[in-house]
Amino acid sequence: MSQLHYALFTGCTAKQSTPELLSSTLAVADKLGIKITILEEASCCGASHLQDFDEFLALVLNARNICYAEKLGLTMITICNTCQLNSQMTKHALDKDPKLKTKVNEKLAEVGLEYKGTSEIKHFLYTLIDEYGLDKIKDKVKVPLSHLNIAPFYGCHNIRPSELHAKSNNHENPYNPTSLDSLISALEGNPVNYESKNKCCGFHVELQANHASEVLSGNALLDAMDNNADLMVTPCPLCHLKMDTYQGSISKVMGRSVELPVLHMPQMIALALGCTEKEIGLSFHVQKAKHLYSA
Amino acid sequence: MIHSEEEVDKELLYLNEEEHKPDFSHPIDVKLKTFRFNAETDCLPHYRTYEMTVTKDELVLDILNRIKYEHDGSFSYRRSCRHGICGACAIKVNGKAVLACKENAQGLVKIFGNELIIEPQNQKRAIKDMIIDKDDFWQKHAAVKPFVIADIDPKPNKETLISPETNEKFLESDYCIQCGACHYSCPALDVNEDFLGPAALVSAYRFSIDPRDTAGKDRLELTSEMGIGVWDCVKCNECVEACPKELDPLEKITKLHNMQFEQGIAKRNIATKHAEGFVRSIKKYGFLDEADIVVYSEGYMGMYKHVSTAVKMMKAGKIHWHSGIPFIDSVPKIKNLDEVQKLIEISMTNKL
Repeated sequence: MSQLHYALFTGCTAKQSTPELLSSTLAVADKLGIKITILEEASCCGASHLQDFDEFLALVLNARNICYAEKLGLTMITICNTCQLNSQMTKHALDKDPKLKTKVNEKLAEVGLEYKGTSEIKHFLYTLIDEYGLDKIKDKVKVPLSHLNIAPFYGCHNIRPSELHAKSNNHENPYNPTSLDSLISALEGNPVNYESKNKCCGFHVELQANHASEVLSGNALLDAMDNNADLMVTPCPLCHLKMDTYQGSISKVMGRSVELPVLHMPQMIALALGCTEKEIGLSFHVQKAKHLYSA
Repeated sequence: MIHSEEEVDKELLYLNEEEHKPDFSHPIDVKLKTFRFNAETDCLPHYRTYEMTVTKDELVLDILNRIKYEHDGSFSYRRSCRHGICGACAIKVNGKAVLACKENAQGLVKIFGNELIIEPQNQKRAIKDMIIDKDDFWQKHAAVKPFVIADIDPKPNKETLISPETNEKFLESDYCIQCGACHYSCPALDVNEDFLGPAALVSAYRFSIDPRDTAGKDRLELTSEMGIGVWDCVKCNECVEACPKELDPLEKITKLHNMQFEQGIAKRNIATKHAEGFVRSIKKYGFLDEADIVVYSEGYMGMYKHVSTAVKMMKAGKIHWHSGIPFIDSVPKIKNLDEVQKLIEISMTNKL
């Protein structure tokens, strides 16, 4: 098989508050022999908030990002659920509506770009499962995670709307997702079965409806803890930010102490593949997780 | 679609043929763990398990009927039209919102395995078994004035015509059957009972976009209010997944957000500044300035809430210092930022 090669859309968080997501992603890709070209030209996807302000502008900016993956002739991979959703929604809207595509391309032409619709968009999680293969990952495990109960937290924007994602997430069922569970198993960890794994963390209303946001993430974190999770893992840095950074205030709202390390999906793989502490970057977490290195 | 005579004949034939009877091939044994509750006599609900063999063509409604006919005549559920238009038989199976008369039972077995958990849309509102009190749903529906408000000539001599282009703008929001599947799947409503919820917001959109309506702004103002309106949507897409008519409620909620800016209704508050603030960052860096968006949305006075989290984030190296000041100029710039700036200049139409 020829070497897998992808264009990586990092998104904003991996470049700022969660640098550990980027370093662990690159470390994992390196260990697995996957070639990554970072799309340094790509801008913010709008995170579903710019879309609330100006839908058309958000469409144009996302189309521009995809153009750069198309120029390289590569599949665009994402490491954030919300980047995945907004990029995929843009692709879907433009590919099915030639009039809209023309309208967007009129704008892009002003900066010398054209959206064609030739690149697929896929989250790194599904790239690893569908294109690299869990068996091959399993062969590369150096530090089996067999002593850890790991709660998979899927995050909304990679599984819903299922029809939009069906092609890129191999028809993952949003009511009974399994990809992250099977990745945990491939790394020899014990996937925790709990009801909240496909629920919302409330990140997107963190500022304007803080209480709702805290209760939603509190429910999920406590559900995982009550099912004996040693840690939670998520493919979405926004879920990570909400669930890792706010455990103090979540504890106050929930009236119970919430303490659970939350890992990015690539960090978990990096742990099992024996990447360095610097690459895994657990020190960047607010909820202490460094004890997992000794694992 | 125009059918040839031959095709029509074939269709009629099909309706009369044996083959339209239930397909008994590939029967599957299922366990139905069923929510039972009678508010008049029970303190708590309980689950009863019924076992039956389900055939390929059976719908969830057929199964509910069989529980009632074959196991327990007191089992209660709503049903009426039997063809997906009255919305009465909406329930949940293994947490998935379904219209019982539209959902194939074996399809659910494929997703969830042989044990199906049959539950009402909202357990807290259960009256008897699958029957819930939908009062909250109807109150919210009524709050958005779900009707065309207009002075209409009582004796018109022609119809009010709507062009196909205008009709497209409804985005099929007028197809909502008020089944409540989205409403009772919405986690934002679950934790904030003031929130209007996806169904009421779809209605608000449907009548706000109606060119015959003259109350557009009143309705839009209601949806712009904090605590109840569109800004409290958590963007989880549960409603999109739940809707049996595939109406994409979140799409309408996004349209309502945009309409508030287009029509100058959006008030300057934390939520609208958060949405608009993205442009401010993207213009400067291409990326979102994660710290600035919080400061800009909250205002400096509102930042006190975030101090303890910010300190923790700084300790963990998540927030970067620059020239002795946190939050400022720590964001990397994307390559070819000028393209993004140009695109914002020529594509942006809304303003706060």
